[in-house]
Amino acid sequence: MYKLEKRPNPSNLWAYLTPFLALIATMIAGGIMFWMLGKPPVDAIRTIFWDPLFNEQFAAYSRPQLLVKAAPLILIAIGLSIGFKAGVWNIGAEGQYVIGALCGAAVALAVYPLEAWWIFPAMVTAGAVGGFMWGMIPAILKIKLGTNEILVSLMLVYVALELLSSMSVGVLRNPDGNGFPGSRNLQQYASAHNAEIWQGSSVHWGVVAAFSAVVLAYVLMSKHRLGFQIKLAGAAPKAARFAGVNPHVITAVCLGISGALAGMAGMFEVAGPAGQVSIDFASGYGFTAIIVAFLGRLNPWGILAAGLLMSLTYIGGELAQFIIGLPASAISAFQGMLLFFLLAGELLVNYRIRRAAPRTVKEAA
Amino acid sequence: MDWSAINPAFYVASVMVAATPLLLAAIGELVVEKTGVLNLGVEGMMIIGAVCGFITAVETGSPSLGFVGGALGGAALSVVFAVLTQFFLTSQVPTGLALTLFGLGASAMVGQSYVGIVPPKMPQLMSGAELNAFERIVLGHDAMLYIGLAIPVAVWAVLRFSRLGLILRAVGEDHNAAHALGYKVMWIRFGAIVFGGACAGFGGAYLSLVRVPQWTEGMTTGAGWIALALVVFASWRPLLIILGAYIFGGIAILQLNLQAAGSTIPVEYLSMSPYVITIFVLVLLSALHKYGISRAQAPAMLGRSFHASN
Amino acid sequence: MTPPLLTLTGLTKSYPGVVANEDVSLTIARGEVHALLGENGAGKSTLVKMIYGLVTPDAGQMVLNGKAFSPDKPSTARTAGIAMVFQHFSLFGALSVAENIALGMENPPKMRALAQQISKVSDQFGLPLDPSRIVGDLSAGERQRVEIIRCLLQDPKLLIMDEPTSVLTPQEVDILFETLRKLRDAGTSILYISHKLEEIRALCDTATVLRRGKNVGTCVPRDTSARDMAELMVGTRLHDPERRDRPKGATVLDVTNLSAASHSAFGTSLKNVSLSVCKGEILGIGGVAGNGQDELLAALSGEIRTKRGMISLDGRDVGHLPPTSRRALGTLSAPEERLGHAAAPDMSLMENAFLSAATRKALTSLGFANWGKTRGYADEIIARFDVRTPNNQVAARALSGGNLQKFVVGREILQDPDVLVVNQPTWGVDASAAAAIRQALLDMADAGKAVVVISQDLDELLEITDRFCALNEGRLSASVPTTELSVEKIGLMLGGAHDLETANV
Repeated sequence: MYKLEKRPNPSNLWAYLTPFLALIATMIAGGIMFWMLGKPPVDAIRTIFWDPLFNEQFAAYSRPQLLVKAAPLILIAIGLSIGFKAGVWNIGAEGQYVIGALCGAAVALAVYPLEAWWIFPAMVTAGAVGGFMWGMIPAILKIKLGTNEILVSLMLVYVALELLSSMSVGVLRNPDGNGFPGSRNLQQYASAHNAEIWQGSSVHWGVVAAFSAVVLAYVLMSKHRLGFQIKLAGAAPKAARFAGVNPHVITAVCLGISGALAGMAGMFEVAGPAGQVSIDFASGYGFTAIIVAFLGRLNPWGILAAGLLMSLTYIGGELAQFIIGLPASAISAFQGMLLFFLLAGELLVNYRIRRAAPRTVKEAA
Repeated sequence: MDWSAINPAFYVASVMVAATPLLLAAIGELVVEKTGVLNLGVEGMMIIGAVCGFITAVETGSPSLGFVGGALGGAALSVVFAVLTQFFLTSQVPTGLALTLFGLGASAMVGQSYVGIVPPKMPQLMSGAELNAFERIVLGHDAMLYIGLAIPVAVWAVLRFSRLGLILRAVGEDHNAAHALGYKVMWIRFGAIVFGGACAGFGGAYLSLVRVPQWTEGMTTGAGWIALALVVFASWRPLLIILGAYIFGGIAILQLNLQAAGSTIPVEYLSMSPYVITIFVLVLLSALHKYGISRAQAPAMLGRSFHASN
Repeated sequence: MTPPLLTLTGLTKSYPGVVANEDVSLTIARGEVHALLGENGAGKSTLVKMIYGLVTPDAGQMVLNGKAFSPDKPSTARTAGIAMVFQHFSLFGALSVAENIALGMENPPKMRALAQQISKVSDQFGLPLDPSRIVGDLSAGERQRVEIIRCLLQDPKLLIMDEPTSVLTPQEVDILFETLRKLRDAGTSILYISHKLEEIRALCDTATVLRRGKNVGTCVPRDTSARDMAELMVGTRLHDPERRDRPKGATVLDVTNLSAASHSAFGTSLKNVSLSVCKGEILGIGGVAGNGQDELLAALSGEIRTKRGMISLDGRDVGHLPPTSRRALGTLSAPEERLGHAAAPDMSLMENAFLSAATRKALTSLGFANWGKTRGYADEIIARFDVRTPNNQVAARALSGGNLQKFVVGREILQDPDVLVVNQPTWGVDASAAAAIRQALLDMADAGKAVVVISQDLDELLEITDRFCALNEGRLSASVPTTELSVEKIGLMLGGAHDLETANV
């Protein structure tokens, strides 16, 4: 019989190895899944993971898209990871993303057709504030009443989605749009458009924000006292209290930051790649970002890599939809599997597997 | 708005059908949470149940077998969760989320070629347009709905009166004490998780075989999350699950009916009402708990991992 | 003469670094209340675990009812008729009395029959208990009754009770003793583990005294004075503590009528605690764990905030301040629980140094941590306190108990506090590390600082403290100079007497 023995020191080797092993295991398991469904396994895996980067036929289009899809994932995941490290579970990033988009777009549409330099920054601020407020609802409820933030933040996602629908056909609807649902297209509104900064690079302000967030999060978590307190609150709550950390402050900071970042991501998306406020604007980035956060092992650089990887799977998934007829949402299965294998691999970081001696008498504490 | 367009008997009957998947998923999750495990993968297990049940029913021609298939599908997926959380000691929250994500994706893949197919119909006890109100409400349903109603009652009885129920509750209250007394915490939780998966799968199958009845990817539209909220709403009491499911089903159908009858309330506000109400209920429950009016009902070990070498 | 119930011969059990029991022999007669007496760490728990099947002896034999007896697990011991009520109960707060008892039985009868049996036994032995009540609502004494009745339903020949009165009110103690007498008269033997001398004199027929793992004598409590029993327990090493001529400065820490609720569900709240410590003085607070020590430390460290006017430092009211402010003002503390409270187990020593010292050692600027300086501080602690570790990046959980304790205490001492409060500073620590820690505390006092040492270790308190008081159920006795402590006073303190005055026994 085997037993698990806690390691004295967490293993750095396994900490680095686990994400790679998880990726390989996912490719294998995914291949098996494809084979069982009668689709060619190797071709399918190649289409998802390899072609978007290296296939001459598609890569030219797909590669730039990597950053476009990765930016919101990374931005949101950075915010989420700060909370997860503290044990604050924000599951409602999708809702904060939507509200941020609505607030940002509302600012732009309110001043249309004015062209001015301050419009875009105002939109960014509005997006951040909107997401922040939406994130503070579960925070305040948790601080004041101890309500579980998982369910509250989640329910608010559905509320946000309904608000999105309602505004798409109501308050924010394009008056010049012939009655079709959806707002004005912000890509055609120069001051509001979240355009490419350099031609052909597909780098828009959201991408810049995402990279900045990675760096800022790194600085916060590894160099600032607040980052230390956040990590401590999640790792050893009693020691955190001993150190003088106020748990309510931690809750508010974590939900506030993740809400603001998700809101900004939503705003960058609606003013950029998506272009307009519409009923199907929300594409699940808020949920995928949760996976990205864990895949990156809650570390800013890891999240950067994981965001790019996840983005690759999205693009690969679209390619697979196009080429082998895979349904679009099927890629969630891969993302879920990646997380399974990663979480399972975490075990080896903290525990050793030892052969257990035949049981004599257990020594109770 | 045309109130006469809403027929009370039809309404109640529809509510019962709408409530059943919620009820099944919630009662399964209740048992899991009673042993101290939080499984956020209910949505994933439900939709896997929906697709497996659908495929089984279509391939075998028997809707009843479809339900068995759905339950087995949900249970199989839940085994992944059980292995990860009990053997690999993974954190329950991300593991459950991964389960949901995986379930949504895998079901989309597997069900791809079944879109648009009409499944074999579940026979109802009594059917037809000429039923009176009583017959429609009480007798006009398929067998699975009645089974679905019986499950929470059975769970209540087992938890309250049987030794198995006692052990389940003990594990959820203090897994260290249970372990000290010699109970196999890991295996008890494993069994509960699989039961939860079977129930969620059963509920999902009900969606695709009776409620809709069709297969589309993502057809659960958050029912699994509502089921999680229902467990809190019911304060982990099995009989209150029935009440909660009926209230939510009632609201869901009511807003559909209001829309159909030409209500002037914007449709989105009606659609968001179940979720807003859930939030209010959660807040109310926390306030009651905080001010000492109601005792905490959540199993004390909920969400905590158990490692026997403590 | 009826044959004895249980005979232990030459039982020995060692663990790495310590011999828990050495060649212990004792005999328990039928229908006898037999006390097992000794200080903390004397070996009582280990001996009893061997009888109950939780631990296998390295050497020696046990004979139960004339037959060789070597249980490999508790259920074997239970089947042989031995039942045990532990100091820490295995009860489920949300479940009823009957349900809790059912869970602890191998083959419980149906609930209704069980409830009737419970009522019957509870009446028979004078342990009033309603089977349908929820255990979470019961007092500590009532919960103990649940445990006892669970044992009694198995009809035991020998009932082992481990420190049973540590959580009971005086009235509950009387009820318990009545029950135990009834049991004894009905033929059950009781092995009663305790260090409370007056109780043992009131209840027990025979007493065996353990000291440092050995059986140092058996006596009849009724015929032996408290003083003699204390001397057996504690040995004749009770020399007069060294007079330390240290100049006493002004009062620096003043606690007046401190009352505070515990921060944990099963803790002990503090009731009207008053104490004061001068510069250059070490105040010792003795008492068995679970009487409010954690709460007292938390109130002094700032984890529990008190009302105004209860705690003052250098004349300044600090009771309402959080830990960081108190650190800035010069009060530092070292909690009992090394891993999880004083230090984060999965964080490195460097990070754990930052945890406490960030304020006083100026390890931040504008909120940014100066990790280089922190590393330097951690290394300083490691060097000065001889902490055996490869480097400061090692996780706290990797260190041995003694080394981590040296680090934790050293971390506080090197911050140069004005007042240092430590809880169980050398518990579970090897001898040399313990000596080093004690010396460091003495050095602090020599440097004119005020030190409060909360400890269960009598030797330690005698060795290093200038004044002495006892904490019992959240109340603190008046303090006495350590040099005036006699064996008798110590025994009474160990026995839990509140005021170090002669108890009415």
